[in-house]
Amino acid sequence: MKILVCISEVPDTTTKIRFTDGNKALDTAGIQWIINPWDELALTRALEIKEASGGAVEAVTVATVGAAQAEPTIRKALAVGADNAIRVDAPATDAWYVAVQLAEVVKSGGFEIVMTGRDSADYNGASVGGMLAALLDYNTLSSVSSMALDGGKIIAGREIDGGTETLEAELPFLAVVQKGIAIEPRIPAMRGIMMARTKPLQVVPPVDTGCLTENVEFELPKSRGACRKFAADEVKALVDVLHNEAKLI
Amino acid sequence: MSVLVYAENRDGLFRKATLELLSYAAEMAKAMNTHVVAIAIGCVQTDELVKLGQYGAVKVLKSNPDFNILDIKAFAKIIVAAVEKEQATVILFPGSINGSALAPAVAARLKAGLVTGVVALPTSFDPLVVKKMVFTGKAFAATKVTTPVKVLTLSQNSFGVAEPGTGAAVVEEFGVEAAKSAISLVEVKKQTGKVLLTDAEIVVSGGRGLKGPENFGLIEELAELLGAATGCSRPVSDEGWRPHSEHVGQTGKIIAPVLYIACGISGAIQHVGGISSSKHIVAVNNDKDAPIFDVADYGIVGDFKTVLPEMIAAIREVKAK
Ligand SMILES: Cc1cc2nc3c(=O)[nH]c(=O)nc-3n(C[C@H](O)[C@H](O)[C@H](O)COP(=O)(O)OP(=O)(O)OC[C@H]3O[C@@H](n4cnc5c(N)ncnc54)[C@H](O)[C@@H]3O)c2cc1C
Ligand SMILES: Nc1ncnc2c1ncn2[C@@H]1O[C@H](COP(=O)(O)O)[C@@H](O)[C@H]1O
Repeated sequence: MKILVCISEVPDTTTKIRFTDGNKALDTAGIQWIINPWDELALTRALEIKEASGGAVEAVTVATVGAAQAEPTIRKALAVGADNAIRVDAPATDAWYVAVQLAEVVKSGGFEIVMTGRDSADYNGASVGGMLAALLDYNTLSSVSSMALDGGKIIAGREIDGGTETLEAELPFLAVVQKGIAIEPRIPAMRGIMMARTKPLQVVPPVDTGCLTENVEFELPKSRGACRKFAADEVKALVDVLHNEAKLI
Repeated sequence: MSVLVYAENRDGLFRKATLELLSYAAEMAKAMNTHVVAIAIGCVQTDELVKLGQYGAVKVLKSNPDFNILDIKAFAKIIVAAVEKEQATVILFPGSINGSALAPAVAARLKAGLVTGVVALPTSFDPLVVKKMVFTGKAFAATKVTTPVKVLTLSQNSFGVAEPGTGAAVVEEFGVEAAKSAISLVEVKKQTGKVLLTDAEIVVSGGRGLKGPENFGLIEELAELLGAATGCSRPVSDEGWRPHSEHVGQTGKIIAPVLYIACGISGAIQHVGGISSSKHIVAVNNDKDAPIFDVADYGIVGDFKTVLPEMIAAIREVKAK
């Protein structure tokens, strides 16, 4: 059995977002690129599942749809412990385009378990995982916050509005994961970094498909007015303002 | 032509996110010169279904009442069948956990363009252009959809619930033969009686500045007094002081309440991303230079240990009047 973890590359979460080209494109100057936080956690859990499987899971593969610039991020996933990687050599234009590419990767590689993140921290599509499961017609769960392999079945916990569910799902299976799937991402050790250099990173051409959506323009949120500060002994005054003036409470 | 709304129910009742979505759909249908049809999957009583008419649905498709857990594959097939039957050109989902899971499944099966996290009515209908949140609250994008059928999810609390009218929706049985599900429920745990973080008008949130789980009683007390939901920063849920479901921010919940009260939260960029759509922000922090004050509208510089009990007492007083 093989697990595929889909990883996207996003700006570091502390990045101050700026746009260029008349607000038509992200200003990438000085941006540090990282593995999308969810995908890093998904990879961490995939490796744990493999290690606990007693050989039933042969390999954990990572796949990215992206240009050659994404390779350092892919190498980082290999350093963390992925066995090999696939890069579909095309820019990630929209969710449909990416999902179609990944569906091809899953089919040609025979992956029975696929993991994606809840959303990419850049354009917050929250789309690729759900689309990919639909294209593959795989059994699928979203907001997965715990996952284990149990005798050829998946046992998963998921968040629902106001609670949690534990479910059992048959393979083939795609998990869209979120917080809880792992708490801290696995950090590459020196040995992992050395080994990552020689692990296989296969580059494949994209299949032919189009885009269905396009971000035509960006804007930054309106800045808020100055904060009205109250001293520690003016709690009553603040409550008064919130009640009588702002009518919030 | 029609606008199809996925009317999500929670234990047989329509939640606020569904009513907000119908309010949005009604405006969209007006602009497109068409009507709104809703689809409800799972067990909902007829009078509850009829009520959707008050928010603009002319018809409600009542489907598969025996479905009590979300099987994305099965639900998506039902919704796709409804899209075809109603010749819907716009399909709307709430930005709730389950709505967000269904939208891409339906979009892919229809090869329809999808925009998630929509925060306003379209600025153009031909071609369709809508504003959505990107970079987890740090920016917005105007996104164009180029397919004839469009799927959108609406960010919760971004549009508001319209005043209910007097309309009554026609209820129509819409059974779809579903294959045996390959997903089965082992266990479910639900909190009852608590305001949902993503639905709440007011959220009271605590950070690492509260020092330990024992001090969250103050957060709960204030929240209860205000009819608010409780939230927290990431380290607080990572430490297990509070459940993961309360974690607010880039890697937790993104919320848009009318009032957000942040206590002992420094205001890290990843936290602020999750609250930047709040209409008003109040911060309680003993460091006058804490970055949370840069995004707050009101602030108290002080120790939560004295500020929160005083705030609770003062609010009790104004509420009693
Ligand atoms: C990839 C990534 C994703 C992340 N995602 C999130 C996210 O989604 N949400 C999130 O919250 N964080 C997130 N973080 C973590 C974030 O960077 C901060 O570490 C975190 O938000 C800090 O939490 P805090 O404000 O509770 O704690 P601290 O930063 O420790 O702040 C505590 C605050 O309490 C104040 N304080 C202390 N004592 C008192 C007192 N007695 N009375 C009043 N105030 C007091 C202090 O002045 C301070 O401002 C993420 C980090 C990374 C790397
Ligand atoms: N370019 C990409 N390459 C590989 N996986 C991706 C890519 N974009 C998105 N994904 C996966 O899909 C998830 C959701 O992304 P999105 O729909 O873009 O918000 C991510 O967490 C990844 O697991």
